[in-house]
Amino acid sequence: MSFITYLKDGISLGAVYAIIALGYTMVYGIAKMLNFAHGDVIMVGAYVALMMLTKTGAPPIAAVLVSMAACTLLGITIEMVAYRPLRKASSSLAVLITAIGVSYLLQNLALLIFGAGGKTFVNVVSFPSVSLADGQLNISGTTIVTILVSVIIMVSLTLFVNKTKPGHAMLAVSEDRDAAQLMGVNVNATISLTFAIGSGLAAVAGVLLCSAYPIVSPYTGAMPGIKAFTAAVFGGIGSIPGAMLGGILLGVIEVLGKAYISTQVADAIVFGVLIVVLLVKPSGLFGKNIQEKV
Amino acid sequence: MNQNNQSAEIIKKIQSSTRRGNLITYGIVLAAYIVMQSLVSTGHISSLLKGLLVPVCVYVIAAVSLNLVVGISGELSLGHAGFMCVGAYASSFFTNAYGDGLPNWFRLILAIIVGAAAAGLFGILIGVPVLRLKGDYLAIVTLAFGEIIKNLINVLYAGVDSNGIHISTKSAMDLNMGPDGKQIIKGALGISGTPRLSTFTAGVVLIIITLFIVQNLMNSRAGRAIMSTRDNRIAAESIGIPVTKYKLLAFAVSAALAGAAGVLYSHNLASLSTAKFDYNTSILVLVFVVLGGIGNIRGSIIAAVILTVLPEMLRGLSAYRMLIYAVILIAMMLFNWAPAAISWRERMMERLPFGRKKRTGEED
Repeated sequence: MSFITYLKDGISLGAVYAIIALGYTMVYGIAKMLNFAHGDVIMVGAYVALMMLTKTGAPPIAAVLVSMAACTLLGITIEMVAYRPLRKASSSLAVLITAIGVSYLLQNLALLIFGAGGKTFVNVVSFPSVSLADGQLNISGTTIVTILVSVIIMVSLTLFVNKTKPGHAMLAVSEDRDAAQLMGVNVNATISLTFAIGSGLAAVAGVLLCSAYPIVSPYTGAMPGIKAFTAAVFGGIGSIPGAMLGGILLGVIEVLGKAYISTQVADAIVFGVLIVVLLVKPSGLFGKNIQEKV
Repeated sequence: MNQNNQSAEIIKKIQSSTRRGNLITYGIVLAAYIVMQSLVSTGHISSLLKGLLVPVCVYVIAAVSLNLVVGISGELSLGHAGFMCVGAYASSFFTNAYGDGLPNWFRLILAIIVGAAAAGLFGILIGVPVLRLKGDYLAIVTLAFGEIIKNLINVLYAGVDSNGIHISTKSAMDLNMGPDGKQIIKGALGISGTPRLSTFTAGVVLIIITLFIVQNLMNSRAGRAIMSTRDNRIAAESIGIPVTKYKLLAFAVSAALAGAAGVLYSHNLASLSTAKFDYNTSILVLVFVVLGGIGNIRGSIIAAVILTVLPEMLRGLSAYRMLIYAVILIAMMLFNWAPAAISWRERMMERLPFGRKKRTGEED
């Protein structure tokens, strides 16, 4: 395996992280909360898609759409039941702990329904692989689709936020929630929409992640969730291009670290780079540095 | 002059009420200890619950120490398990390498000193860069450090022979030990064969010491400085309080106490591995702190006890137990923190004939 091959694998993994991180970063930017259950929504998305494929024999594209719809609904429900009542709580930690509770809940529901063992995932991508440089570099269809999808998502999210009315409402709410409300923005609806988009993206990420690493278990989403959160912070939390770049860099560092240094300390390397970046640039690569005023 | 007298009196009043609050906390711990100990000695306790006594102490200490960072210093730390891990490994290494033949209680004390010192040292090393960051960035970096510590200890091999300590990150072979060498840390396999020195009594003594340190720190000049940096960093800085120094103090003390909790944990099990110290454990300890009330030491203790015992009590429900645990956790958080739930509770309290009229202030 050459360096280019590792790089390609890293970008592919990083693209999945980027999709998850986009969801994280939008929810954080607008609802100002760390949604620890985001990783578990990925897992739910993967299970729903798998059930659609194996139990009903639906075509892959339909499975992905159903999975996205299910996760969107799940995201909105979680926000309404568990997070909305705590939005004005005296400490922002309260909603963080509730998110952890939701994460436990989703994991244990999956554990009850599907059992602890991993299930083999069916690859949903039927895209031909491409061979470059006389067969030296073989790019699988999954990799191509993953990278394409992540780029499409990033571009359309950027357009959505900057060009449409609901997108502007999101920007306004993330800037100053109370002022936005005074200007007639429906804050609750905007936050619901954000959760819907983030959770829908999580479903896509779940399907792509499990297409590349074809095992799905109740804990599938936990570590990618943490990594994607790291990626979002890495790129500057709240920033869409930041999440994209952070995700890709994280994936590349992880794969290269595994290949050239040690598989056991790859995670340590990823987190080490994050720490160095944050120490040099405390608000991430693309983060806005807001000066505190009295 | 009159004003001075008045404010001095108010301070005295506050001090005496905090002193009373502290004494109540000690009293609760001691009473719980006496009750449990007499239940154990008369045999009125299931072996399951008996096995939980030391872990409960571990989590209580961890929760109280994390409350020092989260509640008193106002920083969200998600890497507390990393410090427990350092304390556990350092002390187990020490106990296995040295101290054969000494009395058990003395070995445990030495282990606690070594573990707490090692974790405190890591707390300072990590605290210096980390405390420059704020809010969620600080949280993610503490999480990152916790994972890094776990990862690095997973590839650590260490042993001891007559020449001293040998350390390697590759394999047991690379230790190059003499014929009398004894391999202690075996990479991902961790440490096995640590003597089980932890007892419930030792755990309770350690809880009391932890309470003593944390509560005295809170009521000292340093503690008030730490709280002032939490409440308004800029104002504190402007009146000349060295913010970073005090935050570092709280962070290091908290890390050392978490290390002591780790010592208690590792000396309660025959084998030790890093799997038990991942971010889930850090988050679990944070759950204790937030559920018990941020900054409320007594609340941390109660939450840690309930949430450690609860999953075991639900064991009869087998597969549903963690599900129910999750639902209870969410419900308790909503009930405790949601503004709507709080005002509903107050209305209910007023309606009850024996209820309190309205809460006038924090008790602790």
